Amino acid sequence: MPAGLNRALLTVAGAVVAIVLAVAISSVAITAAGASPLDAFAAFFDFGATPRAVSNGIAAFLNRAVPLFIAGLAVAVGFRMNLFNIGVEGQYRLAAIVAAYVGSTFEAPAPIQIAVIIVVAAAVGGLYALIPAVMKVTRGVNEVIATIMLNYVAINIASYLVRGPFAGQRAAGQLTTTTPQLPESAMFPNLNFLFEGFGLLPPTRGGGLWGFLIVAIVLGVVIWVVLERTRFGFNVKASGLNGPAALASGVNPKTMVIAAMVLSGAIAGLIGLPEILGDKGAFNSNFTAGLGFLGIAVALLGRNKPVGIAVAALLFAFLDRAQGPLQIANVPPSVITIIQGVTVLLVVVANEVTTRLALRLEERRAAQQLSSKTPVEVAA
Amino acid sequence: MSADTLATAKPAVELEGITKRFPGVVANHDIRITVEPGTVHAIVGENGAGKSTLMKILYGMQKPDEGTIRINGAEVSFRTPSDAIGVGIGMVHQHFMLADNLTVLENVILGAEPKKVGMLDTASARRRITELAESHGLRVDPDKLVEDLGVGDRQRVEILKVLYRGARILILDEPTAVLVPQEVEELFQNLRELKADGLTVIFISHKLDEVLGIADAITVIRRGTTVASVDPREVTARQLAELMVGSELPTPETRESTVTDVVTLRVAQVTMEADGYHAAADPAKLREEGKRLLLDDVSFEIHRGEILGIAGVEGNGQSELIEAIMGIRPAHGSIELDGQDISQWSTLKRRESGIGYIPEDRHRQGLLLEASLWENRVLGHQTRKPARSGIWINRRASKADTERIVKDYDVRTPGVDTLALALSGGNQQKLIVGREMSGEPRFLIAAHPTRGVDVGAQAAIWDHLRNARAAGLAVLLISADLDELIGLSDTLQVIYRGRLVAALDPSDITPDRLGGYMTGAIAGTEET
Repeated sequence: MPAGLNRALLTVAGAVVAIVLAVAISSVAITAAGASPLDAFAAFFDFGATPRAVSNGIAAFLNRAVPLFIAGLAVAVGFRMNLFNIGVEGQYRLAAIVAAYVGSTFEAPAPIQIAVIIVVAAAVGGLYALIPAVMKVTRGVNEVIATIMLNYVAINIASYLVRGPFAGQRAAGQLTTTTPQLPESAMFPNLNFLFEGFGLLPPTRGGGLWGFLIVAIVLGVVIWVVLERTRFGFNVKASGLNGPAALASGVNPKTMVIAAMVLSGAIAGLIGLPEILGDKGAFNSNFTAGLGFLGIAVALLGRNKPVGIAVAALLFAFLDRAQGPLQIANVPPSVITIIQGVTVLLVVVANEVTTRLALRLEERRAAQQLSSKTPVEVAA
Repeated sequence: MSADTLATAKPAVELEGITKRFPGVVANHDIRITVEPGTVHAIVGENGAGKSTLMKILYGMQKPDEGTIRINGAEVSFRTPSDAIGVGIGMVHQHFMLADNLTVLENVILGAEPKKVGMLDTASARRRITELAESHGLRVDPDKLVEDLGVGDRQRVEILKVLYRGARILILDEPTAVLVPQEVEELFQNLRELKADGLTVIFISHKLDEVLGIADAITVIRRGTTVASVDPREVTARQLAELMVGSELPTPETRESTVTDVVTLRVAQVTMEADGYHAAADPAKLREEGKRLLLDDVSFEIHRGEILGIAGVEGNGQSELIEAIMGIRPAHGSIELDGQDISQWSTLKRRESGIGYIPEDRHRQGLLLEASLWENRVLGHQTRKPARSGIWINRRASKADTERIVKDYDVRTPGVDTLALALSGGNQQKLIVGREMSGEPRFLIAAHPTRGVDVGAQAAIWDHLRNARAAGLAVLLISADLDELIGLSDTLQVIYRGRLVAALDPSDITPDRLGGYMTGAIAGTEET
């Protein structure tokens, strides 16, 4: 399908231009911050001096990419339908604490234990996203406002739960409050053997390479299949491209809003699990925050397509990993945020430009192929 | 050419050899028009004949590829509409461009605000507007909110807006499309006064009787080029129509009746409120209370093999009737398909049970422009063969069936993976017709099925409708093209302000008389 290939090539070209521009703009920002851009960019590729440090760096990079990828998927499912689920942040935090608590209350063989935790997390995320969906469908409440507000509610409920009803034993000398520790059977096996396969030392920090990576990859494939190959995915696409046409074709917009929102929330529910099941074994007050908001940027960067989101998540994780090396190189680590922000902005602009260009090319191509055999036709 | 020209005056507008090409399409070709000053010059042509493109060129919204424009004898070249406004051209768009929550005065001065030491000078603006309004007989209250105005008043505000900016040449794009008959008469009165004041009016329309009533000169456009300039006193509506459509035009005659006595669709007492549906509301009571009704007690039957045409000026309830039948918008009353009450069914269930729908606005309701043709084939058929296969979309079967439509309906496209937006309007429409005829529908709603398509596509679509009718399809045809209505329909109903006011036999009705019913000028004597 050369038409599709054309479009894909244009997209990639646009993204490359955007990233090159982002690097240039970031260099200016780094210089303004009194550091050397060269040092900064060297720091991004500095994975450590010893083989062990390199392994740890790679594991940290991939471990960061996994939740970002899931967050991007969650946001993208809504975006595909022009539905802005800004509530991924609240959904995943609430889901994470409830799943961590439920998982700690019983002990079962590992596959069952992990499966239950995953299902609980997805259910909580989905149910919490159902609230704004119902509000939108029945009362026309804008989902952006509803989900933003529900984020505050969820974040505060989570901090109440971790201190109160769901609080576990706090180890002596520990300042963080935490849910009860999960049993050993809940911990997802790590993928450290992969490092050995590549002749590297296995990573030692942060639980090694989290096994949840596999779940994320499977999830990505499943979401791709659902969005691209099923009737549900077609309805999502139709609703997103042209609401009135979808309505006239028999797609019920209310059902679609609820379905897409709940699916988005259910995926969001999984964002916290890699960290809990791979490393911490509990939800504590130090739990990683902000993944939901980063997910919005990742989805934008990845054009709401699973493959694009994977690339975007890897890029973000790659930048995030450099926190430490940047400090060592005497560069303020906030340049990471600058690079991320600039990249997202430029890629969004580039996407818009390449989309229009692609559509124009398509029109011209069709016209050219037909001009020889079509009689003069008239535009209204 | 117009007879009452002043020999000395230079033409207000002179277009020579205007040609405009879009990729693969020639929208305008060698257009030649001379508009004398102080006249109402009508430009007539079918939908899609290229009138709008021509006006966009004249108003600086598009640049012609070839040809020259002369205004009052001087050659001009417009890059933007401001250039056109600068030489005294004003445009009144078909769709009003007014801010509802501003007053008339604010709307008129918007973008050309008079200032006095940096402050808005309302007093002088008011003076100027009152002056303009009085001298041209455009009565409007400058302090009224636009949202409180009727359609006719809004149009006057649009005209005032243009005059306020100093226009001496007014372009009115289909100004009567949205007006009721009395308002049309008022508009014509206003135009006559403008003409008396020495202004030039270019009046675009495809309504022949109106054109004959107001114009001093008429230019006919067909398939993108000017085919004739005539004097309205010397032509009849019939002759004008022939010029517009050309002798090669296929006539939509379907005289051999295929109507059976099996009722396919029965619509009974369908009523729709303007201010939202209340399930508990009693239509009779709503009527008593004088509530505004978009549809008022609409009842009709369509038999197997019958085409029922609904004639009416746009905005008299046609869209609402479609939405009620499709289940997009709730309404009171009952709708039966083959004896089964479907009024509580969802749109999807109605479609699945064999209702096809060619929407009035194909870009809004009919197509996913940024999706491929085969995906557009799936649209509306997601739950049916061949598009469906369990929870999956059957891509291969959908593509194959799209190939069939492309072949059978002569959709000119490079392939089924092409995006829908790359096709011309006529080909898009043929694809939609093919899609809606798929899956053996029992009943088809065809809303303006040939709007904005070229003559060839029009003939093809008419053929398809006729064949489907012969095969037993029941069709509800809604159209603004009276010839299409009269030619295709077995029965005609006229809709006026949400009511079916007359049932007519298309075999002995003329466009003139039909127009009379549509505008309410003739009361429905043949009412059912």
